[in-house]
Amino acid sequence: MALKGIDIFKLTPKTNCKECGNPTCMAFAMKVAQGAVSIEQCPHMSDEAKAQLSEATAPPMKSVKVGAGDCEHSLGGETVLFRHDKTFVSRNLFAVNVCEGCVDGMLPEIAKVDYERIGERMYVEALNLKYTDKESYLGLIGKTKGQGRLLILDVKDADAAKAALDLCKDEKPILNGATPENYTEMVGIAKDAGVVLGVSAPDLDSLYDTVAAIEGLGYKELILDVTGGSIKEAYANAIQVRRAALKNQDRTFGYPSIVNVAKVAPNDVAMQTALASMFVIKYGSIIIMDSMTYAQALPLYGLRQNIYTDPQKPMKVEPGIYPLNGADENSVCVTTVDFALTYFVVSGELERSGVPCNFLISDAGGYSVLTAWAAGKFSAGTISKFIKEYDIENKIKNRTLIIPGKAAVLKGELQEKLPGWTIVVAPNDATGLVKFMKDFK
Amino acid sequence: MAFKRSPQTFSASINEVVIGTGEKAVTLGGANTFPLYTFDGEAKNKVAIGVEITDAGVDMTIPGMAEYYAGCETIGQFAKKASEMPGADFVVLTLEGADPNGENKPVEDCVAIAKEVADSIDCPLAVVGCKNIEKDTQLFEKIAEALTGKNVLFVSAREEDYKGIVAAAIMAYKQKVSAESAVDINLAKQLNVLISQMGIQPENYVMNVGSAAAGYGYEYVASTLDRVRAAALEQNDAMLQMPIITPVASEAWAVKEAVVSEEDFPEWGPREERGIEMEVSTAASVIAGGADAVILRHPKSVDTISRLVAALM
Repeated sequence: MALKGIDIFKLTPKTNCKECGNPTCMAFAMKVAQGAVSIEQCPHMSDEAKAQLSEATAPPMKSVKVGAGDCEHSLGGETVLFRHDKTFVSRNLFAVNVCEGCVDGMLPEIAKVDYERIGERMYVEALNLKYTDKESYLGLIGKTKGQGRLLILDVKDADAAKAALDLCKDEKPILNGATPENYTEMVGIAKDAGVVLGVSAPDLDSLYDTVAAIEGLGYKELILDVTGGSIKEAYANAIQVRRAALKNQDRTFGYPSIVNVAKVAPNDVAMQTALASMFVIKYGSIIIMDSMTYAQALPLYGLRQNIYTDPQKPMKVEPGIYPLNGADENSVCVTTVDFALTYFVVSGELERSGVPCNFLISDAGGYSVLTAWAAGKFSAGTISKFIKEYDIENKIKNRTLIIPGKAAVLKGELQEKLPGWTIVVAPNDATGLVKFMKDFK
Repeated sequence: MAFKRSPQTFSASINEVVIGTGEKAVTLGGANTFPLYTFDGEAKNKVAIGVEITDAGVDMTIPGMAEYYAGCETIGQFAKKASEMPGADFVVLTLEGADPNGENKPVEDCVAIAKEVADSIDCPLAVVGCKNIEKDTQLFEKIAEALTGKNVLFVSAREEDYKGIVAAAIMAYKQKVSAESAVDINLAKQLNVLISQMGIQPENYVMNVGSAAAGYGYEYVASTLDRVRAAALEQNDAMLQMPIITPVASEAWAVKEAVVSEEDFPEWGPREERGIEMEVSTAASVIAGGADAVILRHPKSVDTISRLVAALM
């Protein structure tokens, strides 16, 4: 349970030495209680007191690192159940199943989906390696390591797990293999290889006991496979585990999760997409599927990007010239702010109109049109500055600029600042754009 | 030491609103747990699925739709087929063609279409307007009158037109209304309060707290749903306890990912698959957030989401 500031204060030397940077021991204790500073900052506290406190003040959910180099990812470390309470911190990973029989066909399929959306690379971050027998498993490792993707070893056979890790432990894969039956052996193997251990069990009670037993063996680099045997169980487990950790501060369940939606909805692509969407929102840290086609990736990665944005920081697109519908230097120019939602809605409507146009995005601080205008970040000055800085007049011959209806007030001033240009005001609402662009053309 | 479960149960619950009549009437809402948290308490009514057609039928350029609706010529035939779709609970008629900025179909024509649809199905009907304030008020009034006794759900009444729509649909003709607000818990509550101040009882209206496709500002929808459901159950806020209906198809099938052709984006693959996945992903997301009813179009999406709901109940 979380400690109050006063409980922590009792364990400080109470000398107000200020060496921790705080005016008094009490002030220091209050900050520790809020999680703002670490108790390690106090040079005079006894080791015993520190041990007692670090246990009690540890975050409710552990953050674990998996993978190595470019494939390193942080999982867990969440502090809230709902993003509006603060923010979600470690976005979930998507993994795709591969097996010895299908790996040669799957890898090129998986590689196809690799694109950028609002500054984020969208690709399959992890491969879940399904176990059949030891020999073919080692072959599978050989084919999948060094591919720039985190490996998840889905293997419960200790001997095979050990041999597999000998081949790929440098890549820091996840060994998803501990069960109530084999955990002692698996902990030893994971410890030796220095990898995160996945734990699964037939139900939440035995999962809880197994995690407690593994912690008793001194290993806390864990991830919990909450999949269970059905869709209903997977949903119930994922939520109950996360809720126990964050709401009830039960640290035994304070680990990231794996949800294998392929297991509970085999051969059902659309159902796997539906489930993956639910687990993006509710508490999957790694979501394992049988495939990740573009059709699946487009909504899933977009959803993940939405859910994991910091509510206090708007999503922005890069300023620049975005030619739409095969626009060239003679096509009309359209401008709006860099707020990602505005960009997507407006560019979507412009694309639907089919009219070629150069979509000009300037830096407006990631605000919507009215907010950016009110804050002086989307004005005649910023737009004309953008046009000069990006050398638009040499890059584009067309001299018509369409501005958002909500920023119609800018028209006069823009006309003055951009001699030679015709400024046209678009409708207030993006839904009117298709008709507007067609008529305009 | 076994895992100590701490179920979240609430004395508050979501209102129940019935649409349609007879055996196939559908009850929306009723939950007293977070969305489908059946491990906390029993789920009451299942998430209902509405199948959407427009006054012009359905988009027959999508192969799966053309196949399912093959042979349908009249609006009544489309409606009947929609009502028979496996997983469908009610039919949604969207009067797109009534829009004065579009086809501008006269009110009488729309009433005739609504009547033909209602007469062709034995499940509940929801009527979606054209989003034009003046036209929707006229449409809903006339359709509510023509379909008296059918217990139709009118989607939506907004801050600008709720008075006329609520007065006509609920007060005059005893139909149901959905109150629509723009992805903001305060706006949602305000509109519910305004409607209740007209003397309308809670069993007569549901709400649409806004919708967006996955990837298109969905974080606002997610947080609005989360906050609305939390206020309804944790704080027992009676003005946020209306069941939630979320139009999914109109958003999902309108975004670039579901619109552009395979010709223009060959690496993206067939348009139909993209539309289905977008529809399914968005629907599952709003259900995880607490939607009590969703509006979908494609038979594959309806099939998938109905099985998802059944599996979670």
